[in-house]
Amino acid sequence: MNSSLFFDISAGAYVAAMITYVIYLVARNKTVGIAATTITIFGFACQSVALLIRWVNSYHFWISSSPNSGLVESLLRAAPLRNLYESLIFFVWSLILIHLLIEFKYKVRSLGAFVTPLAALALLFIDISGTSKEIQPLIPALQSNWLLFHVLLSFLGYAAFGVSFGAAAAYIIMVTDSKKEKAYIFWSIIIGIFIIVLVGMGIDFMSLSAAERKELIQNHFLKATFRNESGGVVAASWAFSIAFIFTLWQFGFGLKKILSSLSVTPQMLEDIEYKSIAIGFPLFTLGGLLMGAIWANSAWGKYWSWDPKETWSLITWFVYALYLHARYIGGWRGKRVAILAVIGFVAVIFTYLGVNLVLSGLHAYGSG
Amino acid sequence: MKEEKQKEDVFESVWKFFASVKLAVAVFIILSFSSIVGTIVEQQAEPEKNIALLAKFFGDSLAPTVYNIFAKLGFMDMYHSWWFISFLITFSINLIVCSLDRFPKTWKLVKMPLKPLAVNVIKTLPVKKEIKLKTTLAVAKDEFFNSLRTSKYQVLEANENNEVQLYCQKWRYARLGVYVVHLSIILIFLGAIIGARFGFGGFLNLPEGQISDVAYTANGSEIPLGFSIKCNWYDTKYYEGIDMPQEFHSELVIIENGKEVLKKVIEVNDPLTYKGITFYQSSYGMIPNASGYFILGLKPNGHQQSTVSLRFGDTFEIPGTGITGTVIDFSPALARDQRTGALISYSDNMVNPAVAIQFNMPGQDSFKGWIFKRYPQTGILPGGHEIKFEDYWGVEYTGMQVSKDPGIGLIYIACIIMAIGLYITFFISHKKIWIHIAHDTPGGKGPVSVSVGGSTNRNRFAFEKEIDHILSTASHAIEGRSKK
Repeated sequence: MNSSLFFDISAGAYVAAMITYVIYLVARNKTVGIAATTITIFGFACQSVALLIRWVNSYHFWISSSPNSGLVESLLRAAPLRNLYESLIFFVWSLILIHLLIEFKYKVRSLGAFVTPLAALALLFIDISGTSKEIQPLIPALQSNWLLFHVLLSFLGYAAFGVSFGAAAAYIIMVTDSKKEKAYIFWSIIIGIFIIVLVGMGIDFMSLSAAERKELIQNHFLKATFRNESGGVVAASWAFSIAFIFTLWQFGFGLKKILSSLSVTPQMLEDIEYKSIAIGFPLFTLGGLLMGAIWANSAWGKYWSWDPKETWSLITWFVYALYLHARYIGGWRGKRVAILAVIGFVAVIFTYLGVNLVLSGLHAYGSG
Repeated sequence: MKEEKQKEDVFESVWKFFASVKLAVAVFIILSFSSIVGTIVEQQAEPEKNIALLAKFFGDSLAPTVYNIFAKLGFMDMYHSWWFISFLITFSINLIVCSLDRFPKTWKLVKMPLKPLAVNVIKTLPVKKEIKLKTTLAVAKDEFFNSLRTSKYQVLEANENNEVQLYCQKWRYARLGVYVVHLSIILIFLGAIIGARFGFGGFLNLPEGQISDVAYTANGSEIPLGFSIKCNWYDTKYYEGIDMPQEFHSELVIIENGKEVLKKVIEVNDPLTYKGITFYQSSYGMIPNASGYFILGLKPNGHQQSTVSLRFGDTFEIPGTGITGTVIDFSPALARDQRTGALISYSDNMVNPAVAIQFNMPGQDSFKGWIFKRYPQTGILPGGHEIKFEDYWGVEYTGMQVSKDPGIGLIYIACIIMAIGLYITFFISHKKIWIHIAHDTPGGKGPVSVSVGGSTNRNRFAFEKEIDHILSTASHAIEGRSKK
């Protein structure tokens, strides 16, 4: 059985859920809200099935080339966390899982309007990055029992950070009183850049042939817009981007009214932002940094080699450590820590994707 | 006297400097930003690479000057530069001093004896509940006591005429979790220092069949191993049908005092360790201008296989068949060019090795055949005899990372301690509960009022649920008793 049908259904469901959550925000109709949750759960179920099918298929693929390995070893090697495509899929799955848990625990539906776009963006990113969806043979460096645990825990951590990002972004809008506030300007710029880069990659994708798309990240990243050969296109891209960020700054403010009419309180958002980090931080430290170091030691003979991925993980860790200490020791609350939560997730994105896109290093196999 | 006081002042201000959160924030930010530079500027690379990178920002004419300034500042090997290491040391001193500075306060909180509270104070605690029960004071006290005990609280009680207060706490030591995490970071630094001081990191490229008793540092100087290591063979195994490596592996033998003491096939993720020195499979390559031995397995139809090892141009016979063959050609990666149809070598590495053999069969014309190592069916001759191309031995070397790290044990222990510390810090909370039980009307008549108050240092939501559970367990038990 092929997993792609279920993946496609779940991707469609998440996009539908995103739209429904946004309608719920605007219409404030409870039935619409229930529909949004139902669609999300349906998508999540499909995606879970798809992940299982892919795992089984990878398992058969693995034992066809390594018939001598045992059941547990084969299952570990076949875990669908082995390349950029699978990790993005798993990121989306974790994100939705954490979102659903929060929705049920806090009875807060509107967060969906901030988290499902992140899931949809990750899914969109899979398509526009042209990353391979095939089940690929596992290269020697990845043939380790640490693969599953290192990647699994890292991505659960990333997803928790993603939720905290969504909550922090919503929080900053809710507590903004004037467009001139620094936190709100910061918000407009970050969210603006986020959308612009994705749109830019979408334009790259459309301008390329099918064969070139496979190398979009490596060779054609933003070549159709900001890095275009024609100076006019570059200038236009910048002008458009600045105009877009300006528009976002002008009107993003309006979200505040919508949120407060949905009985979303800033306290609730701050609580979600903090709790997600309180879950994500230990997961990321243990799975990302510690297990990564132990694995590096058994594969490369060095537990820490200042490889760009390692260094960026450490930077991410610093930002979230700063967040936690600012809260506990400095007694920081509100906008100041929310900004740190947003910066933290920017660091996560760079650790996860940026390093593979821009920098090279030992972890280069993550880009395929 | 005066001098002593001055000394104290100096000590105090140094202490304060290192205990300050501002310093911690500054160090975090400096380490982060310089690390970002370190990931952009390629570390320990040839100057040309980074000059080319800098030229993009500063232009071609300025780039070499900027490079020299950057190189002087240590940015080209930043993580080992004196100033980066100084910041790491500052970071750890800051961590130690901050922890020591705050520890007494936390310890006091942990050790502080729990005291009963006045009812009006209980009603102002972060988590509070009130219920009324139709029962006696004694029964209520009994059941709440049991319920708290089942939830693993150590319960104390204070009795006053017609009033009872149960008060208890659990997991007070959870407040120390953060110090456990800090300690583990210090241990990691210690492990790293031990490793840097008493260990080494080097490499060794060892050709097939050769022995070495040294490894080499990055700048080429020898590191004596204290024993000898031999590479029996190196081999890249490919996935079937595609040129994607499935495993890089080599067979190593440790020789000490002329005797083989250990033999192991190492592969990526599975190194060999002997006397604290570990050999990791990290690369491979062809030895320039080497000529090796062709190892062929000869299997006459229906008979046992025998192995021969041949030089270029040597002739062999498949036992008992009269068929002879001569090694006349070799390609490390043979393929047919898709356009011209000619045979070509598409790589200098042994991606798809093939040997050409000129065969002479009794009563037949001589013919030439290519036998591929990865495709054994190419070695089947008419008559069912088989020739297996096992290896072209002695032309490849195995590239190994060689390291000795006496600090690694401490690093592993520190990782475990950090995991435990993180768990305590983020998932266990110090909880305190006070339950005040009294009759509504003095004199022991009427329903019993129960006021519950609690506080926790973390995760109030779960704590509220726990208190709800304790309350409902107790009240169910009380109802059950009154029915009897």
